[in-house]
Amino acid sequence: MTNASRFLFVAFAAAACVLAGGCRYLRQDMANQPKNLPLSPSDFFGDGRSERPLLDNTVARGSIAEDALFVPKDSNAFPLPVNQQLVERGQDRYKIFCSPCHGLQGDGNGLIAMRGMKHPPSFHQDRLRQATNGYLYGVITNGFGAMYGYSAQIPPRDRWAIVAYERALQLSRDAKASELPPELREKLNQSGTAKDSTGGQD
Amino acid sequence: MAQIFHRSTNFISRFSVFSYIFMWGFAILAVLWAARSPYMTRQNITREQPVQFSHKHHVGDDGIDCRYCHTSVETSAFPGIPPTKTCMNCHSVLFKNADYLEPVRESYRTGESIKWIKIHRLADFVYFDHSIHVNKGIGCSTCHGRVDEMPLVFQANTLLMQWCIDCHRNPEPYLRPMDQVYVMDWRPGPNQEELGKEFARERNLRTTAELTSCSTCHR
Repeated sequence: MTNASRFLFVAFAAAACVLAGGCRYLRQDMANQPKNLPLSPSDFFGDGRSERPLLDNTVARGSIAEDALFVPKDSNAFPLPVNQQLVERGQDRYKIFCSPCHGLQGDGNGLIAMRGMKHPPSFHQDRLRQATNGYLYGVITNGFGAMYGYSAQIPPRDRWAIVAYERALQLSRDAKASELPPELREKLNQSGTAKDSTGGQD
Repeated sequence: MAQIFHRSTNFISRFSVFSYIFMWGFAILAVLWAARSPYMTRQNITREQPVQFSHKHHVGDDGIDCRYCHTSVETSAFPGIPPTKTCMNCHSVLFKNADYLEPVRESYRTGESIKWIKIHRLADFVYFDHSIHVNKGIGCSTCHGRVDEMPLVFQANTLLMQWCIDCHRNPEPYLRPMDQVYVMDWRPGPNQEELGKEFARERNLRTTAELTSCSTCHR
């Protein structure tokens, strides 16, 4: 090989090595832009975080409107229209956030409770059947006993959806046969056992 | 006069000319291959995290929904990494004295962040949005793999643009019924072809031209 082609060969081999292995160490300004992505580290602030901790009493933009959904503990008011859609949304959210401990049937036998978490009280006991909507909403928001508040995970509308679904769960074990719509009552009579009509299956 | 070179050098010289040309081809292929290798894409590579957190345990064994922790996946581009308080929802009671949870308790006490290592990293010029994908019926495991079987999370796919585009050109095989999006072991049924087309129509999926337009992902 001539000197020129040998030089070319070495130069190419070097370039190939850099391209293949070293790209991560070359400057990649477009791929690594000087901007903060959610939760990315930052050397601008002393604590190394780009997300800033909230100051006390911070009110998030738009959250004033949610005050309309606040109901005090002793009130049984329900600030949203209850319909099938809301209850289904509540079922969906209940499965995500509540069922690990409270169980799919609301009897406090969720998988996490089975693993050693404190068994939460069943929704089917008298105390919670008689509890006000505002009380249930308050417990979801602020927590109770071993349960931490869920205000950060569940927005107020969804909390009310969950309250609605909890009421539906309670009704599933505490309904009179005479209150059922005719076709369901007929089904109940056919099956012969009252058990089928009250099972809390969702 | 005697021959300077032995007869066999004829072959060597021919082979050199031949390989000189082909070497370039192989070198280019090698570069292309290297760029797609796990070394560059980080596919299948696990990384040690500051806490011994196992998705296999929490998702697979305990059956906790993805959204219990990744709360904003349905509403924003970023799925959300749970604050330490979410860990404490259970671990204030469960394993409350376990040594390996000390970093979590320390974070809760002091308010310092747990410095989780990011596994799925896209280039900054890609504006990926989780919410649009899950709300149109692309399930978690389609991109993230069987997270419920990963003690340490790794990137199950290449996350190369080629991989994104494959689905954007033809999303129907991956569209799930809406109640299956967060189910880890979903597999397309035999009638996925018709179902996928139906889902695409129902959910107003954009046309292929729009889905593969540059500005859909890059701005």
